[in-house]
Amino acid sequence: MAVTRHEAVTTREAEAAHEAVTTHEGGNAHPGGTAAGAATVLDAERVREDFPILARTVHGRPLVYLDSAASAQCPRAVIRAVEDYQMRSHANVHRGVHLLSQEATAAYEGARDRVRRFLNARSTREILFVRGTTEAINLVAQSYARPRLGPGDEILITALEHHANIVPWQMVREQTGCSLAVAPIDLRGELDLEAFRARLTPRTRLVAVAHVSNALGTILPVAEILSAAHARGIPVLIDGAQAVSHRGIDVRALDCDFYAFSGHKLYGPTGIGVLYGRESLLAEMPPWQGGGDMILTVSFERTTYNELPWKFEAGTPNMSGAIGLAAAIDYLEALGLDAVAAHEQRLLEEATAELRRIPGLTIIGTAAHKASLISFTLEGIHPHDLGTILDSEGIAVRTGHHCAMPVMEFFGVPATARASFACYNTREDVRRLASAVRKAREVFR
Amino acid sequence: MELKDLYRDVILDHNRRPRNFGRLEHADARAEGHNPLCGDRLTLSLRLAGERIEDIRFEGKGCAISTASASLMSEAVKGKDRAEVRRLFERVHALLTQRDAAAGPELGKLAALSGVREFPARVKCASLCWHTLNAALERSAATVTTEAPEEAPLGPAGRMAGEP
Repeated sequence: MAVTRHEAVTTREAEAAHEAVTTHEGGNAHPGGTAAGAATVLDAERVREDFPILARTVHGRPLVYLDSAASAQCPRAVIRAVEDYQMRSHANVHRGVHLLSQEATAAYEGARDRVRRFLNARSTREILFVRGTTEAINLVAQSYARPRLGPGDEILITALEHHANIVPWQMVREQTGCSLAVAPIDLRGELDLEAFRARLTPRTRLVAVAHVSNALGTILPVAEILSAAHARGIPVLIDGAQAVSHRGIDVRALDCDFYAFSGHKLYGPTGIGVLYGRESLLAEMPPWQGGGDMILTVSFERTTYNELPWKFEAGTPNMSGAIGLAAAIDYLEALGLDAVAAHEQRLLEEATAELRRIPGLTIIGTAAHKASLISFTLEGIHPHDLGTILDSEGIAVRTGHHCAMPVMEFFGVPATARASFACYNTREDVRRLASAVRKAREVFR
Repeated sequence: MELKDLYRDVILDHNRRPRNFGRLEHADARAEGHNPLCGDRLTLSLRLAGERIEDIRFEGKGCAISTASASLMSEAVKGKDRAEVRRLFERVHALLTQRDAAAGPELGKLAALSGVREFPARVKCASLCWHTLNAALERSAATVTTEAPEEAPLGPAGRMAGEP
């Protein structure tokens, strides 16, 4: 790849211009999208070569990484972008007149614009860099909800939420005396949309829902949720942590008010995430944290706050994280989000069929529309024992309550095993998973 | 790291048919153990005769290691006094966390847990029941004596040094 180090830092071109995406017509797809009208097929074997970690062995066996819903691996392009920044251009942003500070600022703000384009937001003023989805939701809770809500007001969530989209609202409830309403799910793990609509009341002041359930894979009907809430003038926050790597997000087409996601679930680094906020809402919200960079002037009597988005970014930000995230977006768009999604859906279908053949195995979460993850239990074998046995076979899955204890309680299980499929997983991974699950049954026979 | 060292026959047997499973009516002490990481819950109930554990039951949901460990523990501590239980836990704890710890004859069937130490992520599964027992005994000590509570033998019901 003939990219100079300087370019790698300051341009947002995909380092891995990809040959791993081919069209059925046989030609190369354009990086950054699917070739017009052609169904693209992802060559996962080629994609795997971009992810150095996948070459390692675990307990003497080739790694099968099926835990991308917890944290996806980084392609070489992301690792290099971070390395190049640290090796060549690191300095504090928005501060110095010296060259490195200018380069770092350009790279960091360039990353913000990259995210803006990824989300199709109107303006970089609507793109806030945060630590991750959790911090994004806490920001909205403390800066949007807390000052506005009081006793009698309601926040509406769903029964599918990750703890990060429950606990911040419980804290607001304690702080303001508002209440928290929960829209129920059915036994397939789908949101009961009628019940959701019925829970929108004149006192509902905010709706906060997952785009994709991390515990079950359910894709929520966010368009319907948004239109129902907006019909009553209620703003909506979408927790997109599990959605961004599986589908293109267009915040303008969605017309959502807040959208939160984490870099590390999008093949980027940890410690960086994004809160998209509608500018008119962000403009009225007070800063969340105070410190450097979020101010214009400070005296002991009075401080004036910086413009958006920096008003919400107190202190030195995570520059290398933002740059890594931008590189991850470049990488993913070069693969093509549609090609990745189609590949993952094929794996989901194959894995679902394969696992269903195993006696005693129950898939938890059978929604009609699912992202590529499967939560399951195995009769007579606790998920932790299963996790250990799979690990001994080199297979990484998540076991536990997936930070969604109310979901586990709803299905009457203490925990599940969860296999999640990403752009670099293959049919061979599915086959090895199924074979290891069968082995677990042998161990516990 | 060998799976068969972890899932020995004794462990699988006690997982399948846990001994002393259930709840004691009129218990002198109860304690609940909870592993927030995995959601496992365990409730112990004890009947005491002075310093001695006269009877013990456990209930709850957990993995094979935590169920078998609680089952093995319930058999091992029945009839023992507090000091003996404390010494036994120290031995079990060493067995679970120290690579070179030998399984002496005093451990009896508990020696089957020695494979756990090769699986650091699972040590807490095996020790949860012991921490819970410790909490139950401390609680009973606090309620049945009017004297200052004796020094907590193993610290509060949390993890011990060496546990991940």
